[in-house]
Amino acid sequence: MSTAALPQALPQALRQLRARRWRIAAVALAALVLAVLASLSLGVQHQSMATVARQLLSLLPGLEGLGLDGPQRNVLLQLRLPRTAMALVCGAGLAMAGVAMQGITRNPLVSPYTLGISPAAAFGASIAILLGWNTLPGAGAWWTVGLAFTAALGCAAAVLVLASLRGVNAMVLVLAGVAFTYLFGALTATLQFFASEQQLAAIVHWTFGSLNGRSWHEVSVAGAVCLVCTPVLLAHAGALNAFSAGGDDVAASLGVAVARARIAITLAAVLSSAAIVSFTGVIGFVGLVAPHIARLLIGGDHRALLPFAAVVGALLVLLADLAGRLLFAPVMVPVGIVVAFLGVPLFLHLLLTRRNEMST
Amino acid sequence: MSQVPLLQATGLRSHYGGRASPEVLRGIDFTLAPGEVLGLVGPNGSGKSSLLKCLAGLRPLSGGSLLLEGRALAGHTRQELARAIAYVPQHTGPSMSLRVIDMVLLGRLPHRGRASAPQDQAIALAAIERLALQPLALRHFSDLSGGERQRVLMARALAQQGRLLLLDEPTSDLDLRHQLATLQTVHELARQRGVGAAIAIHDLALAARFCDRLLLLRAGAVLACGTPQQVLTPAHVQALFGVGARIGSDGGLPYVIPLAPESEPP
Repeated sequence: MSTAALPQALPQALRQLRARRWRIAAVALAALVLAVLASLSLGVQHQSMATVARQLLSLLPGLEGLGLDGPQRNVLLQLRLPRTAMALVCGAGLAMAGVAMQGITRNPLVSPYTLGISPAAAFGASIAILLGWNTLPGAGAWWTVGLAFTAALGCAAAVLVLASLRGVNAMVLVLAGVAFTYLFGALTATLQFFASEQQLAAIVHWTFGSLNGRSWHEVSVAGAVCLVCTPVLLAHAGALNAFSAGGDDVAASLGVAVARARIAITLAAVLSSAAIVSFTGVIGFVGLVAPHIARLLIGGDHRALLPFAAVVGALLVLLADLAGRLLFAPVMVPVGIVVAFLGVPLFLHLLLTRRNEMST
Repeated sequence: MSQVPLLQATGLRSHYGGRASPEVLRGIDFTLAPGEVLGLVGPNGSGKSSLLKCLAGLRPLSGGSLLLEGRALAGHTRQELARAIAYVPQHTGPSMSLRVIDMVLLGRLPHRGRASAPQDQAIALAAIERLALQPLALRHFSDLSGGERQRVLMARALAQQGRLLLLDEPTSDLDLRHQLATLQTVHELARQRGVGAAIAIHDLALAARFCDRLLLLRAGAVLACGTPQQVLTPAHVQALFGVGARIGSDGGLPYVIPLAPESEPP
């Protein structure tokens, strides 16, 4: 943008900048809607967009007659819809948590998993698998989820307690998280050492991260946790701007209750990430790269960045899952793997073409 | 001049870390009236930045009392302090992709809910205009030079509309023209709007020109406090910086010519 004309027309230039942000957001939202429809329509059993639309409309009161019966309906409502919903929750939740964690630590290398959530969840899931609780009739899957969630939260709590001993300092938070990441990585490796071949395969598969076979129950639990955490993050958008603008002293001088805000933001980010990772396994790259992609496209103002990153994250996970389902069908490549293949080229492209805005 | 001082510091003490660590402020006394500009002068490590942080409520006191408009500073909420006090650090690290306009708008954060978004934007734009930052307004803060960043931080402080400005070496990265413009802005705010200001500053000529009084700090204690004419003496310069100096006068304002260590002061 030319700066020569700005002295006379700064308010107008600001309006243009905001209009550009809205246009980008509208394009991203339209892409997300298309991706949702594609996710519901495409697969081993293809359904036309019209069929998908009819089935969705039939869920509304009074329009039940539009729906079709039979396997198509089951595939859509019991397989693809919860899977797509989980992709949205997962992508949006991890991206917002990533924005929040990068903002409060002023560190672009931080992700929701920096506090050790991911390896801790893997450790919890590994215990469930090693003890055979994952195959218990009835509640086997919930044992895995429950232990993964408990371990992730336990790890995050330990990191927060350690950091609070030093005034919830950002650097201590990150370094303690790194230490716990290695600790839980080592603990999981130890469990793998004692695992049988089948158990080892199950543990490794869990760590790939997958949206396959997600049920409505799982979506509603993870979605509810994210729904509770999202308003907390949005309410702290101004505080996140202050943190990212100059750290603790600047934030405090601008009226932010630093320790309280840091704990609230961290808890919201940790809870939503732990809830997601417990169900999906490790889909790590989204929380790191979606915030950067969003920041490159619309800037660093967290009031816009948080919701926009949610859209970018959801789109990234949805497209990755779709690619994983279709590219080598009938083999499904776990989304945790595909998301890196999809996200890295996109991220590098933005990095090279818009590197000025990448500078932190 | 108001009866109640804007700031009243009595016996301020502070440590670097816990009480077992070295004392950085060792009993500081001074008052600051509304509309007054106070220069904090002293060598590196004398406690200027620490004092400013204590005055902003960013560093805990280990002793003494600090009153803001007659009320204990510690009794204010963070939000109240941010509406009353604008603090400008000497440096701030890079920001996460924030533009200059976003940085200046942050000055309105303490007023959230008290002014509409258009009002906040108008105030931020006025601050940008006052410091002639319009050509930089849509640039990313991280892309600016050190001096440009200092001016943006100053604009953010103006947008904050506090009654007290605390500036930590606000001209250290600025060229001569912008040094004068920045301090002139502070001087005008003091005279026209009754804003009080405490400025940590190394340039003694600028300090003498723009500050009503100077607080000379040495090793965390007050060496002297008074008008520039009263305290800028060869003895004080020698005591503070360990160098001799010749003091001249230009239209009643003192200026300091430092002498090389081997030279004898007159």
